[in-house]
Amino acid sequence: MTANAAQAAVSAATEYVLEVSGVIKTFPGVKALDEVSFDVKPGEVHALVGENGAGKSTLMKVLAGNYKPDGGTIRHMGEPVRHNNPLEAKERGILLIHQELSLVSELSVAENIYLGSMPLKSFGRVDWRMLNEKTNRVLKDMHCSFRASDIVGSLSIAKQQMVEIARADAFHCNVVIFDEPTASLTDQEKEALFETIRKLKAQDVGIVYISHKMSEIFEITDRITVLRDGKTQGTMNTADTDADDITHRMIGRSLDSYFERAESEPGDELLRVEGLTITGLIDDISFDIRAGEVVGMYGLVGAGRSEVAETIFGIRKPDAGTIFWRGQPQQITSPKAAMKLGIGLVPEDRKGQGLVLGMGGRDNTTLPLVNELNVFGFMQRGRETALFDKYKKSLQIRTTGPKQPVVNLSGGNQQKFVIAKWLATEPKLLILDEPTRGIDVGSKSEIHKLIARLAEEGLAVLVISSEMPEIMGISQRILTMCEGRLTGDFSHSDVTENKLLNAASPQD
Amino acid sequence: MDALIKRMNLPDLARQQGILIAFVIFLVVVALNSDTFLTIGNVLQVLRQVSIVGTMALGVTFVVLSGRLDLSVGSMLSLTTVVVVGLHDKIGPGPAILVALLVGLLVGAVNGILIGYVRLNSLIVTLGMLSALQGVTLIYTGGKNVGIADPDATWFAIFGRGYFLDVPVPVWIFLGGALVLGVVLAKTAYGRQIYAVGGNEVASSASGINAKRIVFSAYVLSGLTVAVAAVILGSRVMGSQNNVGQGYELQVLAGIILGGTSLLGGSGTILKTVIGITILGFIKNGLLLLGFAYYVQWLVTWGVIIGAVWLDVASKRGSLFE
Repeated sequence: MTANAAQAAVSAATEYVLEVSGVIKTFPGVKALDEVSFDVKPGEVHALVGENGAGKSTLMKVLAGNYKPDGGTIRHMGEPVRHNNPLEAKERGILLIHQELSLVSELSVAENIYLGSMPLKSFGRVDWRMLNEKTNRVLKDMHCSFRASDIVGSLSIAKQQMVEIARADAFHCNVVIFDEPTASLTDQEKEALFETIRKLKAQDVGIVYISHKMSEIFEITDRITVLRDGKTQGTMNTADTDADDITHRMIGRSLDSYFERAESEPGDELLRVEGLTITGLIDDISFDIRAGEVVGMYGLVGAGRSEVAETIFGIRKPDAGTIFWRGQPQQITSPKAAMKLGIGLVPEDRKGQGLVLGMGGRDNTTLPLVNELNVFGFMQRGRETALFDKYKKSLQIRTTGPKQPVVNLSGGNQQKFVIAKWLATEPKLLILDEPTRGIDVGSKSEIHKLIARLAEEGLAVLVISSEMPEIMGISQRILTMCEGRLTGDFSHSDVTENKLLNAASPQD
Repeated sequence: MDALIKRMNLPDLARQQGILIAFVIFLVVVALNSDTFLTIGNVLQVLRQVSIVGTMALGVTFVVLSGRLDLSVGSMLSLTTVVVVGLHDKIGPGPAILVALLVGLLVGAVNGILIGYVRLNSLIVTLGMLSALQGVTLIYTGGKNVGIADPDATWFAIFGRGYFLDVPVPVWIFLGGALVLGVVLAKTAYGRQIYAVGGNEVASSASGINAKRIVFSAYVLSGLTVAVAAVILGSRVMGSQNNVGQGYELQVLAGIILGGTSLLGGSGTILKTVIGITILGFIKNGLLLLGFAYYVQWLVTWGVIIGAVWLDVASKRGSLFE
């Protein structure tokens, strides 16, 4: 009996492509997975949901061979497996598509797909012709518009993701795990991805789909397994449940309302920009924000929203245009100058731009105030700790203490520290760039409520987001951007999804 | 061994201080084999020997914490030493010391401008400076060794040869400097900014910290501590060769790494540097007392550093091998 026939025999004997039962994984001080069980049928999309820190990522890494479980069994095609590395897992037929793509951007599409298992000729030479032929065949199957020889770094994020998915085809994988696949995709790109997922389904591939976005889960999945604190909280048929039930299981309580809009009356004009231009990035941007107002800024990735925020905050220098603060023209040449006026920026990339990851929560909170919270140069620990305690409490940040390095916190709690550090500067205008990207539903809702509360206390808030429900749910006014231009200014009362999407989409 | 490390489940303190524990074992072994090793005289001798490298390492620690390297300190030591010794008889000890300190500050400032403001790679800039300063030193001396005519007739002798309360003055300078800079690093806004810039420069800048100035200042401080070390060295030897500082940059970095300060920046302390430098000093001294040849200490130093780094990584990932 050949290996293939043996596999076929085994798979005929079992209903599932993947069975996880009682898997345990502990790290020093935490039980990340506590007897987790779930299974995946061929041709099924199985959602795995849970708050950040619930154990999803750990489970993924166990399945994909990055971690070895401390207990329990994983069966693939009915056979127990214990792979030692991602390559072994891939060769068995289990592929993980990472949230942060794991491609080598300097290499070609073909090299990336077959990385670690290139077709070889004698003396270890790569068989380039065969490599490119094989790759182009796979790409054609998937209707990809790029070629095997294209350099990955030159492709868009969505296309890079297709390269990762192409690995599934190339290695004949029958289990594909997606970890937050739509986090950096536009709506159109998301549709294309879903199309690919449906195609994989039709080929009887079992798919594990991890996401924070309820709408996607209900659109694409067949069953849902909820994780909380490393334990499974039940598996349901998607058709038999709803978002409230799932949310309830995820956080152990109901979210009273998902979005909350500030009910404040906007006050005096605080910030006005006129004709802000950076050649090639943003073009003639003019708008204003008033005290106590929550203004949303919607647009596709690359529309120039972050660039506008960074210009207002003094990180970028405009080629033309003026920024007015309380009616006075200002030269904001550095973040420090922006801070002095009373502007704070919670950046899109919280790990890269927001936090010093090795530092504790306290020192991160007081970082912008390091030149204020000292006497003759000596830091005032008492005042620092008081600020840390204040924001830990008011933002409900889960951390073991002021010194716990923020690198060990979940995404939601890290984001709260970025917000805390700007609130500590007592700003008049807070700009939040994708404040809830990649964080769990509980923290997300808390941040939405916080934004409403801050506006009601008189703070002006500019929220940049690619998530339409979020921007529509929390903003009083919505600006849209497209290809560097401001294309719309809507009141929340007369905005619709269609209007937003039209204004944010390129017009040919 | 892997299983052993996991099973031992060392308390955090022991894990962090693994190097210290290994060091204590070393001390005991040498002490059992040498009557002189743990005498006060020998301990002070070791401290005096490490005071030059140690003083330099204090400033370099700031550079390393800010996420950069300084390979030019050995050459800089050569230059500032020939300057202070060479000028001593011409303009007197006070002005000579002043000029040497200014030279150290100046060289540090040049490094700081190129790395902090022009934003060039620190490895390249300081490697280039290492070479450039060798040239400057030779131009200054014309290739000849410099010396002080009458070592017994100058108060300059106090920095390298003097004693205060039975402890050598160089040891006072090293440990006093360590205390001052340790407090600066741990307690002041400046120290916090050094850690922040080394930990995440982009986030620090976005928080209103002038990262360029912080990096610049770290190199200036490094230049200053090298010049102070040069005063000790010049006073101790009362003369200088053109290449007296050769190889010091590696000893400085070895001590900093051994102490446990991260070469990636953002993590480490002055105390760690003092411990690392002192351990290296005792190892060299112990090997000599045990009768090993001089060059053996270099091999052992290498082994100790690899061992220290390996243990550190192993304790973080829970196994000796990936």
